[in-house]
Amino acid sequence: MSTLAYTVSDSTTMLRRNLRRLQRYPSLTLLLIGMPIVFLLLFVYVFGGQLSHGLDTAYAAGHTGRAGYLNYVTPGILLMTVAAAVQGTAIVVAMDMTGGIIDRFRTMAIARSAVLTGHVLASLIQTLLSIGIVLGVAVALGFRPQAGVLDWLAAVGLLTLFAFALIWLATALGLAAKSVETASNTPMFLAFLPFLGSGFVLLASMPTGLRQFAHYQPFTPTTETLRGLLTGTPIGANAVVAIAWSVAIALGSYLWARHLYTHRRAA
Amino acid sequence: MTDTHQPAVVVTGVRKSFGETVVLDCVDLTVTEGTIFALLGPNGAGKTTMVRILSTLIPADSGNAQVAGHDVVGDPDGVRASIGVTGQFSAVDELLTGKENLQLMADLNHLGRAAGRARVDDLLARFDLVDAAARPVSTYSGGMRRRLDLAMTLIGSPRVIFLDEPTTGLDPRSRRQMWDGIRNLAASGVTILLTTQYLDEADELADRIAVLDHGRIVAEGTPDELKRRVPGGHVRLQLADPPTLRAAAALFDGATPDEERLVLRVPGNGDVASLRHLLEQLDDARIAVEDLSISRPDLDDVFFAVTGPPTLEKEAA
Repeated sequence: MSTLAYTVSDSTTMLRRNLRRLQRYPSLTLLLIGMPIVFLLLFVYVFGGQLSHGLDTAYAAGHTGRAGYLNYVTPGILLMTVAAAVQGTAIVVAMDMTGGIIDRFRTMAIARSAVLTGHVLASLIQTLLSIGIVLGVAVALGFRPQAGVLDWLAAVGLLTLFAFALIWLATALGLAAKSVETASNTPMFLAFLPFLGSGFVLLASMPTGLRQFAHYQPFTPTTETLRGLLTGTPIGANAVVAIAWSVAIALGSYLWARHLYTHRRAA
Repeated sequence: MTDTHQPAVVVTGVRKSFGETVVLDCVDLTVTEGTIFALLGPNGAGKTTMVRILSTLIPADSGNAQVAGHDVVGDPDGVRASIGVTGQFSAVDELLTGKENLQLMADLNHLGRAAGRARVDDLLARFDLVDAAARPVSTYSGGMRRRLDLAMTLIGSPRVIFLDEPTTGLDPRSRRQMWDGIRNLAASGVTILLTTQYLDEADELADRIAVLDHGRIVAEGTPDELKRRVPGGHVRLQLADPPTLRAAAALFDGATPDEERLVLRVPGNGDVASLRHLLEQLDDARIAVEDLSISRPDLDDVFFAVTGPPTLEKEAA
C-alpha cells in the first residue's frame, strides 16, 4: 500500500474506534445535546413571549409572538449545538492524551495524522447528528424553515464548515489541557458566544460596546447567514465573513493542534 | 538479519536531562538478539526514560541508539515497525472491549481481515482472555489489563519488545503469569528489554542484567556474574546488647555491626567448617548469641554492593 492508502486506512480505523467510543459513552453526547435543547425551551417558552415584542416580523419569518421568536432563535440554537458538541471533542482528545494509549499509538508505525483525523471526523459526525436532533426538536415545537433545496444544501455546508473549524479548535484545546477536567471547561466560552451575538436578540438592542463586540465575533455573521438561508432574512456580506472566519479558525487551530500533538508528551 | 549474534539494541553514550536534572548520564547498552535483558534500578534511576528514548517517544540529548538495525532518530518509523512497547501505565482503551482493543491493533498493523481475526483469537486464548473478550476493559482486573496490554503489543509480531516495569502493582499470582508469558515470548526468539525495580524479577527472567543508578550503568553481567561480584555470603548474628556486639565485632575481620538492631554481619559462605570455627571463636570469648542465620549472596547484596548502602548519605552530600 502507498503512504496515502495507509493514511486513509489508519484514519478510517481511528474513526471507527472513536465512533464506537461515542456509542459506548452515550451519556456524554446526550449531556451535550441537552444544553441547547434546554436553552431552546427556555428561550421560546419563558422569554419568547416577551422577547418577540422587540422583533421585526421580517426577522421572525412572518410570524408573530412566540412562534416568531422560535423562528428567530433556532439558527442561534443550532450554532450553540455546535459549540456544545465540541466540548465533547476536547474531552475525548484529552482522555486519549492523558491516558497511556497515546504512547502506544506514537510507538506504532501508523500515519501520524491518523489519531487526530479520527477524532475530528468522529466529532464531525457526532456534531451533525446533534444538529439534526436539535433541529428536529425545533421543528416539533413549530419551527418552519422556508428554505429551498439549494438553501438547505448551503445551510448544511455552512454548519459543516463551522463545526469543522470549532472541532479543530476544541481538538487543540483538548491537546493543550493538562487534564480531562480542564479540557471539559476551556471550550465552554464557545457555547456562551451565541448570547454575545445575534443568536438571541437583535444587535440593535445592545449597548454600544457589546454591540461592537457582537458585530465582529464569528458567531454573528454565521448566525445571520444561517438565519438567512433557513428563514429568508437578508444575508448580505455575512456569508463571506462567516466563511472567512471558519476557514481562519480551522486553519489556525489545525496548525496549533498539529504542533501540540508533535511536541507535547503525554501527561 | 537472522544472525543470532546480531545485537537487537545498541546504545552508545546516551545522555538525557530534563532541565537541570540529569536523568541518563552516558549510558551504553548492547542487547543480543533473542535474549532477555533487564534494566534494574530504583525509582528515578532513568529506566523509563531509557525505554522512551528507545521507543522513539522522546529524543536523547546526545549519543546514539539503534533498535533492530534502525536509528531511533534517523529512522523512527523503521524502529516503530520492529518494536512493541508495554509501558508502566496500561495503554488500553477503557471504553472498548478486550477483543475490540486487539482488533484495533490488528487494523493499525494492517494485518488484513482474516489474518487479523485469527491473530486476535490466538492472542485472546494465549493470554487467557477468551471469557472476558466481550467485556469492556473498564471491568478488567489489574492483571487482566496487563495481559491485554501485552497481547496488544504482540499483535504486530514485533522483533524487539520493551516492557517498562511489567509487573509493578500486580499480585503474586498475576506476576507469575506475566513471567511465564515473558519467558514464552523469549523462547519464540523475540528480544526483550525489560525494566524492573525487583531483583528477583531480573534474576528470574534475564539473561543479562544492567544495574542503573542515578542515570549511570553501575554494573552489568549475567545474574551469576553479578552475584560473583559479592564474595560469599554472610552469617548474621543477633546479640543481646551493645557491649556484646562490640566484643563480637572485634573477633572477626570485616564484620559489620549494626548498633541499632544489635546485629553483626560476618562475611563467610556459611559452610559447616567455617560455621563451626565461628561458633568456637564465640565460645572462647564467652559471647552468647541470641540468634544466628546464614545468608547466601543474592542480587540484593549485588545491588547494595554496586550502588552503595540504601542510606541517604549520597543525597545529603
